[in-house]
Amino acid sequence: MSILVDQNSRVLVQGFTGREGTFHATQMIEYGTNVVGGVTPGKGGTKHLERPVFNTVADAVKATGANVSLIFVPPPFAADAILEAADAALPLAVCITEGIPAMDMTRVWNVIRGGRTRLIGPNCPGIISPGKCKIGIMPGRIHKQGNVGLVSRSGTLTYEAVGQLTALGLGQSTAIGIGGDPIIGTTFLDAIQLFNADPETHAIVLIGEIGGNAEEIAAAYIKEHVKKPVVGFIAGQTAPPGRRMGHAGAIISGGQGTAKDKYAAMAAAGISTVQSPAQIGATLALRLKP
Amino acid sequence: MKIHEYQAKAILARYGVPTPRGEVAFTKEEARAAAERLRSPVVVVKAQIHAGGRGKGGGVKLARSVDEAADLAGRLLGMKLVTHQTGPEGRIVKRLLIEEGLDIKRELYLGVLLDRAAALPVFMASAAGGMEIEEVAKDRPEAILREHVHPGVGLQAYQARKLAFGLGLGAESLAAAVPFFQSLYRAYVESDASLVEINPCIVTGDGRLVALDAKMTFDDNALYRHKDIVELRDLNEEDPLEIAASKYGLNYIKLDGTVGCMVNGAGLAMATMDIIKLSGGAPANFLDVGGGANADQIKNAFKILTSDSSVRAVFINIFGGILRCDVLATGVVEAARELSLKLPVVVRMEGTNVEEGKRIIQESGLGFTVAEGMKDGAQKVVAIAGGAR
Repeated sequence: MSILVDQNSRVLVQGFTGREGTFHATQMIEYGTNVVGGVTPGKGGTKHLERPVFNTVADAVKATGANVSLIFVPPPFAADAILEAADAALPLAVCITEGIPAMDMTRVWNVIRGGRTRLIGPNCPGIISPGKCKIGIMPGRIHKQGNVGLVSRSGTLTYEAVGQLTALGLGQSTAIGIGGDPIIGTTFLDAIQLFNADPETHAIVLIGEIGGNAEEIAAAYIKEHVKKPVVGFIAGQTAPPGRRMGHAGAIISGGQGTAKDKYAAMAAAGISTVQSPAQIGATLALRLKP
Repeated sequence: MKIHEYQAKAILARYGVPTPRGEVAFTKEEARAAAERLRSPVVVVKAQIHAGGRGKGGGVKLARSVDEAADLAGRLLGMKLVTHQTGPEGRIVKRLLIEEGLDIKRELYLGVLLDRAAALPVFMASAAGGMEIEEVAKDRPEAILREHVHPGVGLQAYQARKLAFGLGLGAESLAAAVPFFQSLYRAYVESDASLVEINPCIVTGDGRLVALDAKMTFDDNALYRHKDIVELRDLNEEDPLEIAASKYGLNYIKLDGTVGCMVNGAGLAMATMDIIKLSGGAPANFLDVGGGANADQIKNAFKILTSDSSVRAVFINIFGGILRCDVLATGVVEAARELSLKLPVVVRMEGTNVEEGKRIIQESGLGFTVAEGMKDGAQKVVAIAGGAR
């Protein structure tokens, strides 16, 4: 098993015919993901990558039975795209777009929270259940099907951790990049709850970074509810306060959101904390030894 | 993006937030003229730099006459102002705000920012104005009032009243407080600010509320729709290398170590800084070349890294996903040749087309060190660059 996405995922791409949409839809199709079509307003009725293009998400869902939307729409239009996916009642929307204004996301999130659509991202690499389906921009071949659930705010750092796991023969049930923005749809807590409930996920890797307190909230839950081994790393131990480290959400402000606080919360929750990003895979391997 | 106090006050005034009368001055003569126009018994001369703690650092002075104001302005302009936020190097004062002095009865704190956990804007207020709000939050969290605001409807009058009564403002100040707070919230939303802070907001002897200080920072992701705000950027307040990097679309932050870092992805770039530190070295910078970096961006990144004179070695750490390792390697080799790079370089690559990438680096004849894994790479580069100073 896996969480949220698998061989039954029928994927729609919003921003299908653009450069990014085309490139990544092609990669996903090669990986074996069931891409059922795409949406580009004004290009409805045409074909792209041998798949139908629709004017609206609602039309596309009706015609294809899509149950996931992957969003590659540029920042000024991304909020609208997420709302359109939610309006079409898609169970899952994955937004890759980086650079959406925080105020736009605040509005979007307060419209869709608690509704029928789960949002992953924005500013994320997407989600992959290795061997079943890949919905996002991650390189498929570094993954291996297995029993480790991985959740991270980063893109390439997630690949780094996946690469370490795969090299050690530790496959992944699902790897999910939740995104580096201050407001995101699926949090660490959400992902941890899903992994905890998934019988095929035997261990969890949590990769956080400075800024906010989502790692602390997840750690408190893990302390109470999670018996599976959890390994945690926080990026930005050496980051200066008050500076935004690439990700819009990666900032220590008013002394809040430091790596030190996050490590302390994780250690208190029984999570195996890793100081070196090179030791994530090896530490999990140790925890899994009988 | 940050702006100066006088610029923030101008924006807030447009939304109806009361601010003291005042003018910006770039020279002693302008300061004198501004003080004259104020016709105020007390004139405040305030250094304009992008950092807090200006008062304690000696950057805010009171003058009782136009001559004294001009004299103080002459001394402040060109002065190196050191505050707890500037670091020991301080900032050179190039602009002043010349303002009327006001009769201060009470000092309050007001702020609007995004509460990430609640995913809502939050309006904060405290009767403990004029102090470091972080200290208040730590020592007396109950002294800070909070009202979460639904972005669909904005700050409601009842919320503003709750805050006003919570601050102990009497009925006579209510008529001023409610529109003040609502205007402040509107300024925050409509200018896509990430923070608006009034510390202090004063109550004057005659019961008026005035924003005595103002700080605004803006969401970089939203600047595309605020051309007027972008024009307020003061390059004097930024690191020259960071300015150059921003022109090339590179995400670069200058740090004080000796290992120049070139990494793709923000998370991996932070993790690379961390592992350099763990290996006994110190990163000279944060640099994220992005997921889809091309040869040109690699070259520009090299230019930035190598123009930092404290860099003794460069560590390239790339996990090729979208960015293929062979493309990166070609870009690196071309850039190093074109720039006649003298610095030692350690390259660690993983991911798509890694073997081809390594071959290109090794056969280039540039003498780059190829590392196996992040740890090996960090240790090798620290061995060359030396430990932390």
